Amino acid sequence: MVNLDLQEGFIQLLDNFGLSVTFAKALWVPLPILVVVIFAFLGVLVIVWLERKISAGVQQRIGPEYAGPLGFLQPVADGVKLLVKEDIIPAKGDPILFTLGPAIVVIPVFLAYLIVPFGQNLIITDLNIGLFFWISVSSVAPVGLLMAGYGSNNKYAFLGGLRAVAQSISYEIPLSVCVLAICLLSNSLSTIEIVEKQSTYGLLSWNIWRQPIGFIAFLISALAECERLPFDLPEAEEELVAGYQTEYTGMKFALFYVGSYVNLLVSSLFVTVLYLGGWECPIPVSVICNFFNITEGAPIIQVILAFLGISFTLFKTYLFIFLAVLTRWTLPRVRIDQLLDLGWKFLLPISLGNLLLTASLKIILI
Amino acid sequence: MLETNTNPMVVSMGPHHPSMHGVLRLIVTLDGENVLDIEPVVGYLHRGMEKIAENRTVVQYLPYVTRWDYLATMFTEAITVNAPEKLANIEIPKRASYIRVIMLELSRIASHLLWLGPFMADIGAQTPFFYIFREREMVYDLFESATGMRMMHNYFRVGGVAVDLPYGWVDKCLDFCDYFLPKIDEYEQLITNNPIFLKRVKDLGVITKEEAINWGLSGPMLRGSGIKWDLRKLDQYEVYDEIDWSVMYEDSGDCLARYIVRVNEMRESVKIIQQALKALPGGPYENLEARRIYYGRKSEWNNFEYQFIGKKPSPTFKIPQQEHYVRVEAPKGELGVFIMGDESLFPWRFRIRPPGFINLQILPNLLQGRKLADIMTILGSVDIIMGEVDR
Repeated sequence: MVNLDLQEGFIQLLDNFGLSVTFAKALWVPLPILVVVIFAFLGVLVIVWLERKISAGVQQRIGPEYAGPLGFLQPVADGVKLLVKEDIIPAKGDPILFTLGPAIVVIPVFLAYLIVPFGQNLIITDLNIGLFFWISVSSVAPVGLLMAGYGSNNKYAFLGGLRAVAQSISYEIPLSVCVLAICLLSNSLSTIEIVEKQSTYGLLSWNIWRQPIGFIAFLISALAECERLPFDLPEAEEELVAGYQTEYTGMKFALFYVGSYVNLLVSSLFVTVLYLGGWECPIPVSVICNFFNITEGAPIIQVILAFLGISFTLFKTYLFIFLAVLTRWTLPRVRIDQLLDLGWKFLLPISLGNLLLTASLKIILI
Repeated sequence: MLETNTNPMVVSMGPHHPSMHGVLRLIVTLDGENVLDIEPVVGYLHRGMEKIAENRTVVQYLPYVTRWDYLATMFTEAITVNAPEKLANIEIPKRASYIRVIMLELSRIASHLLWLGPFMADIGAQTPFFYIFREREMVYDLFESATGMRMMHNYFRVGGVAVDLPYGWVDKCLDFCDYFLPKIDEYEQLITNNPIFLKRVKDLGVITKEEAINWGLSGPMLRGSGIKWDLRKLDQYEVYDEIDWSVMYEDSGDCLARYIVRVNEMRESVKIIQQALKALPGGPYENLEARRIYYGRKSEWNNFEYQFIGKKPSPTFKIPQQEHYVRVEAPKGELGVFIMGDESLFPWRFRIRPPGFINLQILPNLLQGRKLADIMTILGSVDIIMGEVDR
């Protein structure tokens, strides 16, 4: 297999233009970050549009229609509106915490993109602690929520912040235990290797078949981590007005908004990577290549495969986003004690049981 | 030993809060997520409705009464004309009475629909809100074509109703009934067996039989607690006696019971409307004028029973010097008026007994020791409209 190394290729290219290698390397540094931010924002715009259109379909409405074809530019219009709105800081709030809050919520979510693979080499950094990085980084966000809730000097915001923290803590544990079971199966924490372990028999070798309990537990926990209905208690409109977002306007509010959608995208991407074979086709590539009598290593095939990989990852991801959106517009919200019960008394035991089962089967069979 | 001592947090919910159903204000004392105590503060929508009634004739006051309970508008009009009618012993033509029953039941459906949507929204499910509006719109279209207005109809008159049903209205109303029954099943499919919904409403806000009676509750709040009390059956007003229907009630007394009672009441209302439309004296004709002329002066169509209004209410209709309490079964409960006349155009006293106001009193009792999120569920299941609570 030919390795497509983007960094090497980029530096090579600039070197050919007569630039020094160090300068080319320096130029390379901001590029992945830029790519992450741009693609995450594009993803958010698409999800926002999808959410509005799907919810409109569920509720027998039309949804956004006038901004661009099929209302596709509506999220952009929303974003621009939020961008130019006045930024208000509550007079008796804590301005530092109030301002830092949204940043601390958003940055970790973007960082999680660093280890999401879209193809064999289409990953920003293949860390060998991969998934561990995601789990640790995503547990920073609740601190930001608490800061936002506390800094607002508003009782609704404070309660919302507390709820957010309680929820994040109780659902992070089953989430990481589910991930641990996957890591046991694939002997690695690296996202690339986890996907490659699922590539042998196409559709049949995906982890969803080997970890059905883990899959369901992961899905529920991921939904709860994203604070989406039925688990959107921190911002439950009917109870806490808007939760920790109550006092926020303009760009800071938009940051929370973007953060929650980026988080949804990341979670769906991880569902894809962990359980649905990431960028792999449902039918193994080698089978298709053999069928058409083409060699897998040809450069053109490599390009097509990379493209296919991205498409498959996004397709599977958006399947889950669709599921999340549909859930949001169908189900009522659970109460805080029921939420914590579900987390501690149901998800934690079954995810632990799942881990135990996985580990013991691994010892017996291998 | 480490001991944390937290002071309870006092949150003033409302009058501007997304789920306070208008301008109710609740002073909630919270210990974390637990509700320690709650105190409703009412009066933000007080407009002096009772005092205003004291210097208006009935016809002058009628356009204003739909602002009490603006979701069950027909009932407010019904009680406003029923009070002087009962006091002056005015007989109503059968046809007018049937039209009244049809309108009242349509209004009950509209009111229960606009209870169901916000109730589900209070629990967090936004979608039913849009579904109920789809059907409520049709009820309001029917109102509009018969009365000229969607909400503030000003349709009832002393001695009957303002105008006869327009031509074709009866068929349209029957069509609506046929359309609406499956839609109730649709709501139930979406809501009733949903495990999250059941977890949120079951065994929550339980009112026992004794409590319900002692607190003076009425309507679905009372029937949800297992008491078969419906003024339509008890007082036998209008023509409810000539129609075959039953009182819906549930024994458990929780929020779920109130939900089931209301949903089933919508079905019963459809049943009542269907029968009333078939039994409408004079049939589905507008005014019956052509038939009257065709059959001559002696025709049976000149009969009192076939008129939509017994006698045009005089602008100088004097309310007799008596006092009387009149009540109807509104969707929220017993809507009553205590009227005192003094042989003048205006009532001397016009006291309104709004069901929402009296049902609301039990709220603090139900909420103590519950969770914050239960405030919205229980408040939603009480079904208050601030327009009639504050008047």
